[in-house]
Amino acid sequence: MTHLPVLILGARSDMGQAIAHAFAAQGHPIQLAARNAASLDAVRADLALRHGVEVTLNDFDVLDSDGFAPFLDGLPALPQVAVSVVGYMGDQAENEQELDKASLVLRSNFEGPAGILALLANRFEARGSGTLVGVSSVAGDRGRATNYVYGSAKAGFTAFLSGLRNRLAKKGVHVVTVLPGFVNTAMTEGMDLPEKLTAEPQEVGAAVLKAVQKGRNVIYVRGIWWLVMAIIRNIPEPVFKKLKI
Amino acid sequence: MKLSGWGRFPQVETEVHAPRDEAALRALVTGDRPVIARGNGRSYGDSAVGAGLTLDMRHFNHMLEFDAETGRLVAEAGVLLGDVIDAFLPRGWFPLVTPGTKLITLGGAIAADVHGKNHHVEGSFGACVDWVEIMGPDGEVRRATRKDEDDLFWWTIGGMGLTGVMLRAAIRLRPVETAWIRQTIHPAPDLATAMDLFEAHGHDTYSVAWIDCMGQGRHLGRSLVMLGEHATRAELDPKKAANPLDAGHKGKLSVPLDFPGFALNRWTVRAFNELYYRMGAWNAGMSLVDWDSYFYPLDSVLKWNRIYGRRGFAQFQCVIPLASARDGLTELLQAIADAGAGSFLAVLKRFGPQDSAFSFPMEGYTLALDFPMKAHTLDLLERLDAIAVAHGGRFYLAKDSRMRAETLRQADDRVSEFQEMRKTLGLKAHFASAQSERLSL
Repeated sequence: MTHLPVLILGARSDMGQAIAHAFAAQGHPIQLAARNAASLDAVRADLALRHGVEVTLNDFDVLDSDGFAPFLDGLPALPQVAVSVVGYMGDQAENEQELDKASLVLRSNFEGPAGILALLANRFEARGSGTLVGVSSVAGDRGRATNYVYGSAKAGFTAFLSGLRNRLAKKGVHVVTVLPGFVNTAMTEGMDLPEKLTAEPQEVGAAVLKAVQKGRNVIYVRGIWWLVMAIIRNIPEPVFKKLKI
Repeated sequence: MKLSGWGRFPQVETEVHAPRDEAALRALVTGDRPVIARGNGRSYGDSAVGAGLTLDMRHFNHMLEFDAETGRLVAEAGVLLGDVIDAFLPRGWFPLVTPGTKLITLGGAIAADVHGKNHHVEGSFGACVDWVEIMGPDGEVRRATRKDEDDLFWWTIGGMGLTGVMLRAAIRLRPVETAWIRQTIHPAPDLATAMDLFEAHGHDTYSVAWIDCMGQGRHLGRSLVMLGEHATRAELDPKKAANPLDAGHKGKLSVPLDFPGFALNRWTVRAFNELYYRMGAWNAGMSLVDWDSYFYPLDSVLKWNRIYGRRGFAQFQCVIPLASARDGLTELLQAIADAGAGSFLAVLKRFGPQDSAFSFPMEGYTLALDFPMKAHTLDLLERLDAIAVAHGGRFYLAKDSRMRAETLRQADDRVSEFQEMRKTLGLKAHFASAQSERLSL
């Protein structure tokens, strides 16, 4: 699949760009999709110059589900790999109090990404090949007081990816779920994150590329997160509900 | 937070911001605290540590245009030289000028007007810069070009980031046929022989000498003079010639922890230097070396600055004009040998002539070496300053972490003009590093 195109949904994000670099370095043409895509021209030029591949900019709004089908029709080609890095954390305190804010988080992290991947899945299934990558979150593994609105949206997205993988397993279409853990990006800027648990965007790029090449199902970017989340998932609820984590 | 340069001395309190776009940058530049741009933090002292705010420019790391006819690259200032090599060496292009590390940004290379082993032929980094875009104190971005009348351009080359924040630059690369360097090593038992070798090889593309600062008496200035040329395709054996622009990738070592202070002392360094010189003399003659090992031997040891321990180290680098070079260097080497304080990273190089507004190089000889920060290090460095000044020498600000403003003023009669320019253009209140404050720039 050396020269087949890779679509990055959410190309403004540090993770999206790092994933684009990882695939472009392998010679894949890249389709960058984001709102106001024209403003990503420096990113486009950089990818094209460094890796000598074709890179296109494509307007995409994850909140505009009516635009999904025209967006896919407008791509230069149906991609071989489609990666959704779309996400929006919002502010938990606001999400608790204002329904609009919570709804925006749910739509940005679950409804929107699931919707566009669903359309892509159908087209991939009809073609009989392709890989869908959903960047979800460890926050979806168990709801916590500090970010359960975002976490529940990611939980929904993780379950959606799991179901999609199950449905398409015999159709030649593979689905990868990525649970990055902490990543040093614009979203986490200014947060005090533990160094050992925090990946650089480039690590996510390399991990996603490898997962696609090797047909992995669910990956944590840093292995230690498997252990961390195994512990968090297994704390009995009577104890868990009293913890501040 | 506390921040330092590559030498890990001094540690200065500053507020670090990493803007992601021009609007965010503009808000910081036009704010009420002075700023300084920082690239990859490879200058040794405090030149990229803000007196107020430090602007980490590494998000501005996009390459924008490349002209395969002329080798001209337009890129953002936070792009690493190593990234340029990764992208363009496979297509037959290499930086026209490169210092001893590729882990520097283009903005840093221009600000310090870095030099390389080909200074005597090509000049410093500024020689390959066609234009640079700079955000001034008003937040406006101006393109400064190398036209004679464009003062902003000439002050920015070597201006240590004190003329504004560089956003983008156009630089010219040189065409190369292969990723290999034809290296010739000449052992020189003393300083006079080393200097004669430099003079005799003024037309060689690359020349540099490793110098043993522990050498005393008749060994004073004992060196290995290393010359280099880009190898042509015809000079490679068939195996290398099959893929001439790919020299393969080496693994990276890393220094995992700070060495204790006693690890480097006059005996271990003397033993290393003796061995190194003998190995060099033994291996004298011609060999093919890959570009990475030739230009960037230390880049393969990540975090090598930790070998000097937690207290860090200081670099000393001066240039002595040609006429007084022999006397000046002899006195410097004698003072270093007497103190028994030399390190194994000592470098001697012949500079060619250079016109510039505020850059470091001038025609003559430059000497560079590290000193671990110990009790008497600062005293020794002041003695070396005085010797250099007495012989008409001047100092490399990218290496400096401790010089006095008075010393700089004595060494460089361009300082007052630089200060005047900063005042006239209203730059002083907006762009300041810990170094510029210390040196009253």
